[in-house]
Amino acid sequence: MTHMVKQERRRAALYGWMLLSPALVLFTTFVFAPTVATLWQSLFSAGTRRRPPAFVGLDNYADLIADPVFWRVVGNNLLYTGIAVPASIALALGMALWANARIPARAFVRVAYFTPAMLPMIAAANLWLFFYTPGFGPLAALGLGSVNWLGQPETALWAVTVVAVWKEAGFFMVFYLAALQTIPPDLREAAQIEGAGRWTYTRRVVLPLLMPTTLFVLVNALINSVRLIDQLFILTKGGPDNASKLILYWMWELAFSYFDAPRAAAMTVLVLMVLCLVAVVQFTLIDRRAHYR
Amino acid sequence: MNASTFLNIQGLSRRFSARSGVGEVSLAVGRGQFVVLLGPSGCGKSTTLRLIAGLETPDAGSIEIDGRDVTALPPSDRSLSMVFQSYALFPHLDVAENIVFGLKVRGVARAERRRRLDEALAVTGLEGLEDRKPAKLSGGQRQRVALARAIVAGHPLCLMDEPLSNLDAQLRHSVRQDIRALQKRLGMTVIYVTHDQTEAMSMADVVVLMRDGRIEQVASPADIYERPATTFAAGFIGSPPMAMLPADLLGAADLPGAGAAADLVFGIRGEDISLRRPGEGRLAARVLGQEFLGAETFVNLEVAGAARLTARVPGRVDTGQGEHVSLDWPREATHWFERASGRRFALPSSPIDPPRGSPAVVRPAKGY
Ligand SMILES: Nc1ncnc2c1ncn2[C@@H]1O[C@H](COP(=O)(O)OP(=O)(O)OP(=O)(O)O)[C@@H](O)[C@H]1O
Ligand SMILES: [Mg+2]
Repeated sequence: MTHMVKQERRRAALYGWMLLSPALVLFTTFVFAPTVATLWQSLFSAGTRRRPPAFVGLDNYADLIADPVFWRVVGNNLLYTGIAVPASIALALGMALWANARIPARAFVRVAYFTPAMLPMIAAANLWLFFYTPGFGPLAALGLGSVNWLGQPETALWAVTVVAVWKEAGFFMVFYLAALQTIPPDLREAAQIEGAGRWTYTRRVVLPLLMPTTLFVLVNALINSVRLIDQLFILTKGGPDNASKLILYWMWELAFSYFDAPRAAAMTVLVLMVLCLVAVVQFTLIDRRAHYR
Repeated sequence: MNASTFLNIQGLSRRFSARSGVGEVSLAVGRGQFVVLLGPSGCGKSTTLRLIAGLETPDAGSIEIDGRDVTALPPSDRSLSMVFQSYALFPHLDVAENIVFGLKVRGVARAERRRRLDEALAVTGLEGLEDRKPAKLSGGQRQRVALARAIVAGHPLCLMDEPLSNLDAQLRHSVRQDIRALQKRLGMTVIYVTHDQTEAMSMADVVVLMRDGRIEQVASPADIYERPATTFAAGFIGSPPMAMLPADLLGAADLPGAGAAADLVFGIRGEDISLRRPGEGRLAARVLGQEFLGAETFVNLEVAGAARLTARVPGRVDTGQGEHVSLDWPREATHWFERASGRRFALPSSPIDPPRGSPAVVRPAKGY
């Protein structure tokens, strides 16, 4: 009897592992192994033909922290994240509320808002390169023609940020639209009868009900603000004078322009740690705040 | 118009298409009455209720509440409350916040809010559940929260759209009585939508029977049962439904004096029928089968011309299938209708059929 139970249990465990194994193999090959390799590499010096890589402990990290460019890039990215994330979320929410209302040509409005999200970032950046061209693009038509948006340190980072917001907002809007459509119309009518106007209804009912979506979008926006920097390659290449350089772009430079693999690895490990921390914090928040349904 | 008319609807129409929506609805409701809108699915009950609430805009007609024309006012200015079929509770707010939502929005002071909340909680028996979210309540408790939210503001008019349809049969029965008692105690005027005739008959002061977007009959439950104004009303209310039979099945002696047999149909309530031996009653029939229900038995019968009807006989009867019987009933229990229009055929000098006013308008009667 107990023998059969044991055998049954072993069979179940075997099935479990079999079902798990494809994902496990893929993750190990393409995620866990490279992560460990990167961590390992970040602890060694760069090898040359004569000198093989030597274990240097945390020297690569110390080097990074001592580099003023590191602080510049981190500062840039913080500013970029601090502006792009709230701005794109607010814009997405606004557009979703608008596109969800009873307006003429609703489908058209939705598609129009979503278009930037469908464009590849490179294409979007090229579009904006045209917008920003001094004395030529549509901005020039607005009387701002003389400003070299991408060419001066004061405006370059902002110009890059605007492109990110424009690109991301449409994508996040789709999540908000989906969430808005799950709110039963009865709630609006009940609120209406209770005397709530449109604004009160939005603030007291809609926004709280969108909270889980907001947290989800926030996680994605934060990760994207580190991950999605393709526009730099087209628009500024991080310049002028590192004014618009972001972490990932710098990492790419360290690895493939300066061929300083150990420092790039150290930087990667740092970013990975920060992102993990962000994800952990957010998911505990989501678990705590979003379970009222 | 009566002095105590509280809600007065005149020629109200809202057409979604040629065949749907409501048209030309006129109704006067007295203060403190419990009015039930009854009718089959899709007949326009909810639409009528939503028009009164202001959630739909009428194409034509007017609505007056307490002597004030509210046709053009938004829902919040009509001083009414509503209980939705889905309850429409705010899922992110707890019970207390749900109940006082409207008070808060209207800027009622905190102390006053607290007092009214406690009152509403006590009346609906929700004490101790203030801090629960709707997701953690049973269906019956949610229903009571919706009810509490509707009464907390003290609006004189309360609209309810099938508020009991999500409850199980037993709970429905007790909540029905609770709602009725609460309505009487608070003196609210209630417009209540249902498609369940038992609910309508047991709760209503006045039943408004609707069909295809129009009002078919407005009457007290007793009236609508005893004197259905149309064949539709006769067939819709009562269980088993009253069957319509052609008048020429009856002998000349049983026909009403004035009408020609070809123009009339008649119906008899199941409980008025008694079974006799062949030849002893008014109408020959054949037994098709029977359903024993304990206190009574439904006997399914077939009469000449393949018309069917059901008799409701107290206790148990032992008639075999296919047996021939004769049906008898008191003469005054025959309901006559005009074949073409479906209207009740008024017997010229019948004591039980006094002349009646416009069928769509009911004066609040004494004693309700
Ligand atoms: N917003 C709308 N747009 C188009 N048609 C509608 C709309 N609302 C209701 N209708 C139609 O109007 C008619 C009446 O609908 P209503 O909801 O009032 O029926 P009801 O009597 O409440 O039925 P039920 O008992 O099933 O709830 C139906 O034929 C319905 O299809
Ligand atoms: Mg309905």
